[in-house]
Order: sequence, then C-alpha cells, then structure tokens
Amino acid sequence: MARIDLVDLAHSYGGNAAAPESFALKPVTMTWRQGGAYALLGPSGCGKTTLLNLISGIVTPSRGKILFDGVDITPLSTQKRNIAQVFQFPVIYDTMTVGQNLAFPLKNRGVPKGEIDARVAQIARLLDLAPDLNRKATRLTADAKQKISLGRGLVRSDVAAVLFDEPLTVIDPELKWQLRSKLKALHRDLDLTMIYVTHDQTEALTFADTVVVMHDGRVVQSGTPAELFEKPAHTFVGYFIGSPGMNIVPAQVRGREARIDGHTIALTRSYDALPPGARIEVGVRPEFVDVALPAPDLLSANIERVDDLGRIRFARVRVGDAKFSARVPPGFSVQGESAGLKFDPSHVHVYADSLLVEGAA
Amino acid sequence: MDKTINQKAWFLVLPVFLVVAFSAVLPLMTVVNYSMQDTFGNNQFFWNGVGWFKELLDPTTDLGGRFLASLWRNLFFSAVILAIEVPLGIVVALSMPRQGFSVAVCLVILALPLLIPWNVVGTIWQIFGRPDIGLLGYVLNSLGLNYNYVSNDLDAWATVIVMDVWHWTSLVALLCYAGLKSIPDAYYQAAQIDGASRWAVFKAIQLPKMNRVLLIAVLLRFMDSFMIYTEPFVVTGGGPGNSTTFVSIELVKIALGQFDLGKAAALSLVYNLIIIIVCWIFYTVMTNAGVERRVVVDKKGVK
Repeated sequence: MARIDLVDLAHSYGGNAAAPESFALKPVTMTWRQGGAYALLGPSGCGKTTLLNLISGIVTPSRGKILFDGVDITPLSTQKRNIAQVFQFPVIYDTMTVGQNLAFPLKNRGVPKGEIDARVAQIARLLDLAPDLNRKATRLTADAKQKISLGRGLVRSDVAAVLFDEPLTVIDPELKWQLRSKLKALHRDLDLTMIYVTHDQTEALTFADTVVVMHDGRVVQSGTPAELFEKPAHTFVGYFIGSPGMNIVPAQVRGREARIDGHTIALTRSYDALPPGARIEVGVRPEFVDVALPAPDLLSANIERVDDLGRIRFARVRVGDAKFSARVPPGFSVQGESAGLKFDPSHVHVYADSLLVEGAA
Repeated sequence: MDKTINQKAWFLVLPVFLVVAFSAVLPLMTVVNYSMQDTFGNNQFFWNGVGWFKELLDPTTDLGGRFLASLWRNLFFSAVILAIEVPLGIVVALSMPRQGFSVAVCLVILALPLLIPWNVVGTIWQIFGRPDIGLLGYVLNSLGLNYNYVSNDLDAWATVIVMDVWHWTSLVALLCYAGLKSIPDAYYQAAQIDGASRWAVFKAIQLPKMNRVLLIAVLLRFMDSFMIYTEPFVVTGGGPGNSTTFVSIELVKIALGQFDLGKAAALSLVYNLIIIIVCWIFYTVMTNAGVERRVVVDKKGVK
C-alpha cells in the first residue's frame, strides 16, 4: 500500500543514448494515490506494458525515478519492491496444488503458516477457488489457471501495488465480464492500489477510477471515464475512447465560430488566441450530433449507412471529403441520402495540432 | 461406396517385405535356430532344445554365471553414469548463457564429443590414461596416485565411467537446454515477483518444465549405456580380468572368441528381450505423461 510517484520517468530499449523520439516511454511525471484503481489504456505498442514493467522492476528505466511513499525504489530489484503482478498468460507452478500456488508468494517471504492458511482461504473464497484448493493446478482450464494467477497477485496484503498486464486476454467473454466485476469488488474489499493495463476501453472504463490513456509512448490524458468521454484532451483520446469514436474534422475557427465545409457552427467559448500555423480541428462526439432533415442552417451531409445498435442508431455520413458519425434521433426516419447535421455547441471542442484548446468564456 | 478392387497393389508392398525379411526376419530366425542347437564347428549342429536358456538363467553354470555377472555389472554401470550425467547435464544446461554470441560457442563445444566416432573416443581415452605416455595417467602417477587401468579394477571402472560422462553428458545438457529455452519469460518474471529463491525457481518451474526432455534423456542414456561395447572394449578390453566385461562384450567373446554360436544366440535373444521390455516401459510411461496433458487440452476445447 503506497502512493506511487513517477518522476520524469522514461525508457528506451536502445539505451539512454537513443533518439528521444524512439523512446518506448517518453518522459512522464505523475502521482498515483494509495488505494486507487488505475487503468493504463492504449493500443499495442503504446508503451503501457513498458510502464508497468518499470514499476514492477522487470525493466530498469533509462531515465527518471519511481517513488513509493516518497522513497526512491528505482535501483531496487523486483523482489525488494514489494509489488505483485499478474501476466497476460496464466503462470502456474505445475507441480503444486492450487492452494500451494496461492501460498507460494507468502511462503517465499517466510510468512507464518497460520497466517498463510488464513490468507489463502480468504483469497480462494473471493475468487471461488475454495473447492479446488487441493487439486493439482495443471489439470485446470485456462480460466481457472488465470484465476490462480490473479489470486497469487492478490494474496499478499502488504504489497505497494498490484499490477495487471492484460490479465483477461485468455478468458472467455462471458467469464471476462464476471472476473472484471470480481476484480472491482476485490479492490473495494482489499484496499490495494491496482494498476491495470489493457487495450480494451470497456475493461479500462469499468475497472478504473482513473484511466491513463497512452499513445506512442506518451501519456495523453489521465482522468475519470466521464472526463475522457466529455472532454478528450487529445484527438487520440477522442477517437480511441467511445464507439464510434469522436468525429474530428479540419475547420477554420475564429472567435465563437467554426467553419466546416463552408458552413458555420456556433461555439460556446471564444477561441481568439489559437497558436498560429497550427493544424486546427473540431471534435465532437457522435452522441452530440443529430441527423435532421436538410435545412439551410444545418451542415449538409450525405448518409452512407445507418448502424442500428439497438438502444441507439448511428448514421455514417460524409461531409465533403470527411467521414462523420451522427446520432439518429429516436423516431426520425432516414429518407434519401441528404441530411442536415445539428450540433450541440457545448460539446464541440477545438484542437490545435491534436491538443485540446480551452477557449475563453 | 464402391471400392476399386485391385489386388495388384500388394506388389507395391513386396519390395519392403523382401528388404525387411532379409535384413531383420531371416537373421533373427537364424539366431533363434542357433539358440536351440549346439555346434562343434564343421557346420555340424546338434539339437539342444531350451538347454542354453536354462543354463543362461542358472548362475551355477559357467554360461549363466558369466551372463548374470555381466548383466549386473552393466546395470550398475548404467545406474552410475545416469546418476552422474543427468544432474551434471542439468547443471551445465542451467549455467549456459541464454542469448548472444556465446550460445553458439557453447553449443558447438558441447556437440563436439557427440560427433567423435565411438572407437576414436575409446582410443583417445586409452592413450590419455596410459601411465607411460598418456597425459592423464602420467600426471596422476607423478602426483603419487598409483593409477593404472590395465591392472586395477577400480581404475578401469573410473576410466570407463569418466569416459562415458565426457562423451555423453553433452547430450543430456543439450536436451535440458532445449527444455529450458521453451519456458516463457513470464514464468521467471512471475517467480521474481513471487519472491522465489534460485532453488525455488528450479524446483517449481525449471525441473517440472524439463521433465519430458529428462525422460527422453534418461531413456536414451540408459539404452545406450546398456548396449555399450566399443569404448570399454577399446580401452580395457573388458579387463582387468572380467571387471569391465559388459553384456555385449561377453556376447562377442562367446560368439566370436569361443565360437559357441548356440550359447551366444540364446544370450543375444535374452539381451534383446530385456532391451525391448525396458523400451516398452519407458514408452508407456512417456505416453501416459502425454495423455494426462492431452485430457486437459480436450477439456479446454469442450468448454
């Protein structure tokens, strides 16, 4: 249990001399509080596993420091860091029973037998492994094996943090959902700091209080799921989170107006001080754009198809050359190809070189 | 469905049948024939029924005494070299580098003894151990040890065992190394995080993951050492006395030294039978170990 501080932490597999752009993890400084549930979210190769391995000590950083409760632990080995980690593929010790597997991390640290038994029993109960405690671990299914791996990660009560590296990859979708809720419940029960790496936004958004979105070795935004949804700090966050992702189109922005494809949209904030020469884009989530009948005051668009997701319908439309997704309001029936797009001005954001610009009120 | 009936296909099997008949079945039957008869040369044979087999298994007779003595000697030899080569092979494999240029160097060095013809290995050690001109023998004697594999039973045994260890530990090491290489990194990382000591990593991860290749290594080394002939024959010729006369050496002595074809045939049949039985036991054990794993995979598939 600890607060974790990352201070100017960076890593390159090619050593410190490598070009800054080639770093697998570009310098990052952030603080994770004790007992929080964090998710590192991003596509493959974005550096999230590197960051995790830096924290657990499997990889030594090229630069920067990691502090647990203010103590610099960067030079310490994995064993001395007091960290638990669960890997993508189940790791079980073949010759041991389920119970012995769960007890292994405690036994190695010389915890008294009575304490081990109590803790193993508790974890086994929480993970529904209690009936299997005396079975050989090799004979179990992949799901059960991964549960054992999770259990070994959670069995120590004194760890600084429990790290999960895409732990549900091998699990069936049905069980995945169950295990995720279970993890969430375990987080509440055990009061452990948990850091969860995933490329699945649903997993990240349901598990974590704070989601850290990574892209190309950089942390592009860290915030609650609602913040990521409503106010993406980077166009990458916009289209990576949400399904369909945020619409991002080039535009000319002046004052409280944005011009897209010759049409003017009102903005709720004023953007006078945009950096000169920057690539200006407007971003708006499909949930905040409605398809309507064509009208002179609406941005005109061509409907290409309508996706019915059951609860909600999205139209895929084309505005000039740009592709757009927009909500089809309940009761609205699409006729013909042309339509108008109605924007909710309070949810239209302006991006300069992919970064969110906070307008003036 | 209509099947084309064409019995001419049997002709395609014929070449194989003939080759196997001439290379295996006929010689084996000749041996079975000899084992029931006695001969005094001149191509004259006398029927002896199962007489040789009875004698072979009766330690009070000359033949039985020699066979059983060489059999126990051979089993003891196999046990000793397994007890040395398997742990040593594991240690060598564990201390080998895991990546980089040095891996190739280590593999080549390890493979060298395996590439040397057996009688050359015998000759190398025969000369190496000679007290007058051999480096090993000369050095040991000048250190005050009275080492002479020609006259001393213990020295002869030590030489034959060290030679076999030198020749074959590489095989065990290479097999173990292959087994070790197949362990994913995640296992080592997990063990690190679980705070496992070096010994715990070996016991909980490396040894269990190596058990298949170890079984193969034990099988190969047992069969090979049980059939050993060339190297001890070249070094000690089975001596001093009969102290390093293993089963195959005894067999050759009877068959070619004394020209007792009947006795030799009976002995070789029993020898063959022992080898087949041991092979079968190993095969069963190994396939059963595999079945256990397959059941788990099937369960996964059904899910």
